[in-house]
Amino acid sequence: MSQGLSLRKGAAGARILGFGDYRPRRIVTNDEISQRVDTTDEWIRTRVGISERRFAGDDESVVDMSVAAAGKALATSGVLAQDIDTVIVATCSAPAPIPGLAPEVAHRLAISAPGAFDLNAACAGFCYGLSAAADAIRSGSARYALVIGAEKLTDWTDQDDRGTCIIFGDGAGAAVMAASDTPGVGPVVWGSDGEKSRAISVAGRSSLMTMDGRAVYRWATTQLADSAHRACELAGVDIGEIDVFVPHQANLRIVDSMLRTMKFKDDVAVARDIVYSGNTSSASIPLALTAMIERGEAKTGDTALLLGFGAGLTYAGQVIICP
Amino acid sequence: MATTEEIQSGLAEILEEVAGVLPADATPEKSFTEDLDVDSLSMVEIATAVEDKFGVAIPDDELANIRTVGDAISFIEKNQS
Repeated sequence: MSQGLSLRKGAAGARILGFGDYRPRRIVTNDEISQRVDTTDEWIRTRVGISERRFAGDDESVVDMSVAAAGKALATSGVLAQDIDTVIVATCSAPAPIPGLAPEVAHRLAISAPGAFDLNAACAGFCYGLSAAADAIRSGSARYALVIGAEKLTDWTDQDDRGTCIIFGDGAGAAVMAASDTPGVGPVVWGSDGEKSRAISVAGRSSLMTMDGRAVYRWATTQLADSAHRACELAGVDIGEIDVFVPHQANLRIVDSMLRTMKFKDDVAVARDIVYSGNTSSASIPLALTAMIERGEAKTGDTALLLGFGAGLTYAGQVIICP
Repeated sequence: MATTEEIQSGLAEILEEVAGVLPADATPEKSFTEDLDVDSLSMVEIATAVEDKFGVAIPDDELANIRTVGDAISFIEKNQS
């Protein structure tokens, strides 16, 4: 086989046809949290930017939330479950490592025998998933893909640790993607810094999450702007033309700091879903964008810059065209 | 090389801009967290601004040891190039 193997013929590009989300029923206010740990509503709102978050109940597992968000994304996109051939679940809070969640999610959505796998790039997971799916579509491995970011972080959060319990919440978001002659998912700019692998971590199976917020904040506010600009450049869009900016919802102060260093136009629509959802890791970007689409802040054809970053440390950013 | 006075006034400017601390309050004996109500993330912003302004590098573990305005001034004095 000196001439090499045959390859599939792929598509020109991938496009997102619809988003969907699932927000757990129970709303947890800052006042409720300050009854348990020494903090106040005012402190959390001014220092982190969160007013409330959602905690998933026993009947709202990572799989349950994934199915709900994906079902909504399928309905919005008009794609039938039977047409999906690839399912990616980005999560870092699965209840157990075996099996992966994607096959069960697919089964419950009546998607027949798709390629299905979980992906753990923590808070950057959804952007990694979009990139993996877009590349699968471009290479011909997939035609219709479902990418889900879903987290039940409360399973892994110490509700007595003031440094983390005020921040993290639960939820899921999903996107349906299809092959397209007019690419709507730009090239990803991704990377990692494993030297800081302990900055956000769960030490073992009976442990809960610990976070060095200061190290993460510094990294996010000083190291990521260049990657965001590069993602725009590769997609052929000037950052000053971006209509919607959806960074991972880690802390409102990181969002505001990024707005000061990145050169967006004055009326760029900016995701601030953290106010109502807390930090939901891989779910934060699709949760925020779904809400912005529903409110009309992100319109069909708008360019949106997505920027995920978190434990690993990992980051990934790309420009998409809103469905 | 900035003098001690220049460092003190430059640091006071940063403190005012990042954390709204009045320059008159930014005296060497003041603790950032206890006296000036500067939280840990604002300390990161102050460190980044100090790095830009004075050309020093403040690693995370060094930053944790900087507790007062005076600590910051002597760190900058020692490490400026």
